[in-house]
Amino acid sequence: MDSPKTLSMKPNYDIDYIKQLEHNSRREEIGRNWYKFSRNSLSITGLIVVVAVIIIALLAPYISPYPAHAGPFTDFANAKRPPNLTYLLGTDQIGRDILSRIIFGMRSSLLMGVVVLTLVVPPGVFLGLVAGYFHGTWIDTLIMRITDIFLAVPPLILALAVASVLKPNLWNSMMAISLMWWPWYTRLVYGLATTLRNEYFVTAAEVTGASTAHILFREILPNTISPILTKMSIDVAWVIIIGSMLSFVGLGVQPPEPSLGTMIADGSKYLPDQWWIAVFPALAIVVIVLGFNLLGDGIRDMFASEES
Amino acid sequence: MTETSSPLLEIKDLYVNFAVYGGDLRVLDGVNFKMYAGERIGLVGETGCGKTTTMRAVLRVLPTPPARISEGQVFLEGRDILKMKEEELSHVRGKSISMVFQDPTAALNPVFTIGKQMEAVIRNNLLEERKNDSRQVRSVAINALQDVSLADAERLLESYPVQLSGGMRQRICIAMALTTNPQILIADEPGTSLDVTIQDQILRLLRDLVENRNMSVILITHTLGVVRELTNRVYVMYAGSIVETANTERIFQQPLHPYSKGLIATVPRLTGGGIANGIPGHIPNYHNPPTGCRFHPRCTQVAEICRMQKPPLIEVEQNHSVACFLYSSEQKVNL
Amino acid sequence: MSMVKFLIQRIVYSVFVLLGLSIVIFIIARIMPGDPARMAVGARAPQWVVDRLREQMHLNESLPMQYYYWLSDALQGDFGLSLITQRPVTNDIKEFFPASLELALFAASIAAVFGIGLGMLSARYKDTWIDNLVRLFSYAGIVTPSYIFAILFILIFGFALNWFPVIGRVSDNVPLPEKISGLVTIDALLHGQLSTFGDALWHILLPSLSLAMGSIAQAARITRSSMADNLTKDYIANMRALGVSEREIMSRFLLKPSLIPTISILGLDIASILSVAFIVESIFNWPGLARYGMNAMLYKDLNAISAVILVFGAAFAVMNIVVDIIIAYLDPRIRLRSARGD
Repeated sequence: MDSPKTLSMKPNYDIDYIKQLEHNSRREEIGRNWYKFSRNSLSITGLIVVVAVIIIALLAPYISPYPAHAGPFTDFANAKRPPNLTYLLGTDQIGRDILSRIIFGMRSSLLMGVVVLTLVVPPGVFLGLVAGYFHGTWIDTLIMRITDIFLAVPPLILALAVASVLKPNLWNSMMAISLMWWPWYTRLVYGLATTLRNEYFVTAAEVTGASTAHILFREILPNTISPILTKMSIDVAWVIIIGSMLSFVGLGVQPPEPSLGTMIADGSKYLPDQWWIAVFPALAIVVIVLGFNLLGDGIRDMFASEES
Repeated sequence: MTETSSPLLEIKDLYVNFAVYGGDLRVLDGVNFKMYAGERIGLVGETGCGKTTTMRAVLRVLPTPPARISEGQVFLEGRDILKMKEEELSHVRGKSISMVFQDPTAALNPVFTIGKQMEAVIRNNLLEERKNDSRQVRSVAINALQDVSLADAERLLESYPVQLSGGMRQRICIAMALTTNPQILIADEPGTSLDVTIQDQILRLLRDLVENRNMSVILITHTLGVVRELTNRVYVMYAGSIVETANTERIFQQPLHPYSKGLIATVPRLTGGGIANGIPGHIPNYHNPPTGCRFHPRCTQVAEICRMQKPPLIEVEQNHSVACFLYSSEQKVNL
Repeated sequence: MSMVKFLIQRIVYSVFVLLGLSIVIFIIARIMPGDPARMAVGARAPQWVVDRLREQMHLNESLPMQYYYWLSDALQGDFGLSLITQRPVTNDIKEFFPASLELALFAASIAAVFGIGLGMLSARYKDTWIDNLVRLFSYAGIVTPSYIFAILFILIFGFALNWFPVIGRVSDNVPLPEKISGLVTIDALLHGQLSTFGDALWHILLPSLSLAMGSIAQAARITRSSMADNLTKDYIANMRALGVSEREIMSRFLLKPSLIPTISILGLDIASILSVAFIVESIFNWPGLARYGMNAMLYKDLNAISAVILVFGAAFAVMNIVVDIIIAYLDPRIRLRSARGD
């Protein structure tokens, strides 16, 4: 792996000069990384898709044709209409515009992805750093054994279990998913940290009396950023999928609020005749997930090619 | 060594390119090489100069997506290996020419036992009738292991490479190469990945084996001391082509090419001389190699023509050829 | 260490993990608001009935004691009554689990065979149109969740083309074979009822394919890259240089080391198929345990929830152990090296 850009032992050079060097090399590195990333058209596609989805989600109330349809709204006269000029993607079984609901549904999907990762990554990474650095001690054993127990549960079961005992809504489903997600980051960082702690720069920091916090966060952590980032971008997609599975079952976003999962669940009852009720939300999920995956692959390739 | 009428192995103007990101690497730039039956030839050069690539090209085991033999011929007893079809090629590999790879750990398949691997080699090289006789195959394997001084051959056959030491793995690779009874054995830097004392044992083993059988040997190495002990003729290689070739004794007495001179000078001497400074500069970039003679940027005796043309390999005295304009009769440079 | 020791170690480890899981489930179940006894007998039952039941269910004792009673009952196969079906949960499990198992096994087999097969094909014809097609397909397969495939298949193969049925395990007019293993296809075969077997097979194809798609794609991808990577390794060049036939190298000496990463990932995928199955079971109206568990969760049927989670947890653990054994068999480095830290 690349050696870190931080210097642990600074000889008697001008500190500012060195800081300037570091700053420049970091700028150059970002520039280089962007260049590598941008050469892969698939990654650019992923980036565009993700940005588009984020913008759509943020501007949902302003760009959806029928924002009221995302709430309690019924119009049985117009129910189950196929895609036409007034309702671009058709209407569902209660007469709500599918396009608007998909736009709002994207919102809750994205929100779920962001919130879950925000909840999961800091503690997961922290535990992994601690366990990895103190490899071989009781701290390591304790943390990793608990992690193993969580990892040994079949992926969805824990989320379903937790979601089922709590009141079904968006927030609780996010909590449930977070509970099952954090161990993956702990395990990832643990593996990296156990290797990294044997590197010279860590020994150098220890020898010069750096505090444990410094070693963990300023020495080891920066070198784990790339795998963590890659995983995070692909994880957003997975969280969205799992979230949609939870709402499919009724444990996530509750009606009348739209969620891509519930829309698909409802829509699957009307296959094949009113296929659009299920198919368009499904397509929406595929597009979002594809976008994040391409982005994640691009990020991984960008960091991986440094090593060859 | 007396020359017989025609060489056993002859490489003519071999060019090999590697297609990588950013263009082609011109790794082999016209290699010429001749070997007569019974000779023991050392192929010497720095790491990365193309020694292994040349020999892998001979056996056609270069990874052909990136690598490409763009030009050249390799004659084994008159037949061009590079033009052979799969059928004929399978007779060359193993039966005529065998190779011991540089890193024995990488050369052994980690998920198969030694026995299974050796048996596969042996079976593929036995005569048709004896192919299916498993007891025969097994006894060949055991004998081969004993020939390389490995004890408890039975147990070894059931072991996996991960259970064995580096020295054992190296011996096993040698044993595997010898089971096919080749006419030519190519040994690629034997023992370099091992402890020096073990390397010494391996080299002695090789010497004994070679003396007992009537094999021709090509020994690839970057260590001159090894060359001196084990070979009777030497090819010096630099940056993808042969720069000098001579009988071993002669090249130590009178190296002609500036590169060879530098190499020989770096061998520490007990009497006078001490430790030399090495050759200034670094090996060339194969993307954009130096024009003309690839050594010219580092040569202390470089002339104008060296930058423009590549010197051909010219015989200067009997069995001694150099590729350098210093010795070229047409372009005698006065120094 | 030997295989046996390895196996024992893994089993012991799994037992610990399952115990931990049971504690977690138990705690979650007890956190639930509401009185389990009251919920069991209904809102109109008199209080003294509820109190009696509370005694019986040990609900007045300390939490650890409750756990002890619950665990000892569970180990004897008694998970209590299901709120929904009003019969012992164990019976429910016995009825619905085989259906899920059958689905999972089919999905696993399809995933292994087609995944590895496609991967080998892709590696063999690397960089040709075959390869590119497989790679495109793999990518699509990996990013698409299984229920979307389910819907897609139903639309295309079920309705548009009308090749396959989309509901249930067998058609309405076909009687189920007498139960031996609970797996309809196997039972039909064992009884020699070929037409029933065919009908059951036809019914299981779409749902198991939906479940398997992600794994097929993943396996194909990894097999391909693994074989491509190993192809340039020295140990292959060595065999080639010593005269071993190309055919033997490809089918034997290249394949085995390349399968190792594939089977690791495939194993993980297959092990999680059971838990993802609930959506597919729903869509196809497949009477499996996953769907039963899903209903239990919606209706807060605690006994059923706990039992289902434990069953899936155990199945997951068993799957993992099987995969570990297969990998240890394939890769001697794993069982021969001394155990390092995790």
